[in-house]
Amino acid sequence: MKIKNYSLCEVPIQWEERNVTAIKGPGGKWMIPPEAKESMDRSKIGLKGPLKTPIAAGHPSMNLLLRKTFDLYANVRPCVSIEGYKTPYTDVDLVTIRENTEGEYSGIEHVIVDGVVQSIKLITEQASRRIAEYAFEYARNNQRSSVTAVHKANIMRMSDGLFLRKCREVAENYKDVKFTEMYLDTVCLNMVQDPTQFDVLVMPNLYGDILSDLCAGLIGGLGVTPSGNIGANGVAIFESVHGTAPDIAGKDLANPTALLLSAVMMLRHMGLHADAKKIETACYDTIRDKKVLTKDLGGNSKCSEFTTEICRRVQDMD
Amino acid sequence: QIFLLWKSLILGQLILGNFFAFQVHTVTLIPGDGIGPEISTAVMKIFEAAKVPIQWEERNVTAIKGPGGKWMIPPEAKESMDRSKIGLKGPLKTPIAAGHPSMNLLLRKTFDLYANVRPCVSIEGYKTPYTDVDLVTIRENTEGEYSGIEHVIVDGVVQSIKLITEQASRRIAEYAFEYARNNQRSSVTAVHKANIMRMSDGLFLRKCREVAENYKDVKFTEMYLDTVCLNMVQDPTQFDVLVMPNLYGDILSDLCAGLIGGLGVTPSGNIGANGVAIFESVHGTAPDIAGKDLANPTALLLSAVMMLRHMGLHADAKKIETACYDTIRDKKVLTKDLGGNSKCSEFTTEICRRVQDMD
Repeated sequence: MKIKNYSLCEVPIQWEERNVTAIKGPGGKWMIPPEAKESMDRSKIGLKGPLKTPIAAGHPSMNLLLRKTFDLYANVRPCVSIEGYKTPYTDVDLVTIRENTEGEYSGIEHVIVDGVVQSIKLITEQASRRIAEYAFEYARNNQRSSVTAVHKANIMRMSDGLFLRKCREVAENYKDVKFTEMYLDTVCLNMVQDPTQFDVLVMPNLYGDILSDLCAGLIGGLGVTPSGNIGANGVAIFESVHGTAPDIAGKDLANPTALLLSAVMMLRHMGLHADAKKIETACYDTIRDKKVLTKDLGGNSKCSEFTTEICRRVQDMD
Repeated sequence: QIFLLWKSLILGQLILGNFFAFQVHTVTLIPGDGIGPEISTAVMKIFEAAKVPIQWEERNVTAIKGPGGKWMIPPEAKESMDRSKIGLKGPLKTPIAAGHPSMNLLLRKTFDLYANVRPCVSIEGYKTPYTDVDLVTIRENTEGEYSGIEHVIVDGVVQSIKLITEQASRRIAEYAFEYARNNQRSSVTAVHKANIMRMSDGLFLRKCREVAENYKDVKFTEMYLDTVCLNMVQDPTQFDVLVMPNLYGDILSDLCAGLIGGLGVTPSGNIGANGVAIFESVHGTAPDIAGKDLANPTALLLSAVMMLRHMGLHADAKKIETACYDTIRDKKVLTKDLGGNSKCSEFTTEICRRVQDMD
């Protein structure tokens, strides 16, 4: 469906489809198929739909594998209120930038004695500087006015303290972008009362996990939220973050908005701004008009009908 | 003869009844700093107007150095609390460069305040994007991510340790289910990230499940923290009692306070071992308006109402809570933060008036 959209829009993109189901490599280690890796290393840009969570499959989650394979260190979620898709909030326009390689998700845990468990949170200077630099670059490149570091350095003085220090250091090189700091609990308290006060937010892993989902909720949920993962070596994978929805799979009932907006984000990343604007506008206009909406958006149109409507608007713009 | 016997029985009952009705409970009052004293005064006035059988014992908790050089709360404060078991506390200044740890932390450790309880109920007349919030966050307040154990591994690499114990997890779970049962709540949801933190949150979750087995009258569910946040801002009415480890509780309790209007209207209670319970407003000291009769005493008042319920004084609690809610709903006498331009004393007087009218 997405492909149809893009070719009608005459976006200069050719798609190379790949499967990322984990396979066992030579050393017995789980890895993504070499054809997938080769393609991504060459194209540098990926667009990804939802992946099944493997239960008792023996291998780790594919999302985790992808993250490790391409060192996807920054998870970026722009959250913008969608006119026509009503939520308690109308003017959300913020971006969460989450450090996605370390922090609370290092996976290092031990049983100390029976009944006492410790979980280790790791913060490094390198990862903190890298995510801070990405956040400020993003702000600059996307004409965002401020970056807020979200932390709990009053409680976790060393770890979050290190993260905060790196943010402050990087901020020195971006005087054109306003830098502020805020405790995570204060951010949440304020976010649900007035999300318009926020712009770009940068934070360690767990806080990013929470805040990115909180913010997705403000604009209507995972079905309409785009997401991008930035890796080292220029790799970037854009993806919808909702589930595979097996109950409606294959029935032409799905809502492609999240994946489409992720693709729009991808186009902007690639510098194809006019195409991005065109498709995004067509999508937003369709939702605002409320004539052709998928079930989750409150309508009773099919996925293909919703898609065709967006295509029509796109073509009308030429 | 039978008539005389009956009469003396009635008289006996009346005397006994009056005795119990007039049993006065002592509560340790910690006014706090900034606006603390004036909002405490407001609460005392309202309690007096409602004729609540409470006598206040004011104490200061500014940290002092004990014999061994260790920071502690003043012995008079500790003695009072150990005796009364119930405390009401206003906001405390955060000490910067004072040399001693935060008083809140000291109180927590002194009385083993292991459960932080925040009921979040939408306030009619105080408009937020949500109208029917009615949930309670119960936060484990002694361990988890706030153990304070951190190390520099090598230059540029820091580790922070999160500690989860079977004992603390079981204790908070038991408190949550008891609370649900005692307050006619239908469900308890354990909030966690056990998919990522398998051992630590896994242990927490297991204890919740075990305790749930003893409370079949309360529905038990589990939900990932990120999913809770995603759903909370879309439909908070799906939640009832939520129980979780320290950091998640820190976040969620503030998120939920935001749903109903912020820290200025949110009550809070801390439950400790040995029957101690300290109820407190969780906003700041607001030094910019301190002493100017501008403060809003709602948060402290609703915390005091929570305290009355904890003590079993349900009728008094209902009376004062209703008077407070009615005042806010009517919108005629509101403090500035609630959208009006009345003084703290005027807002207080209005609530007192309503309370007296109810008698």
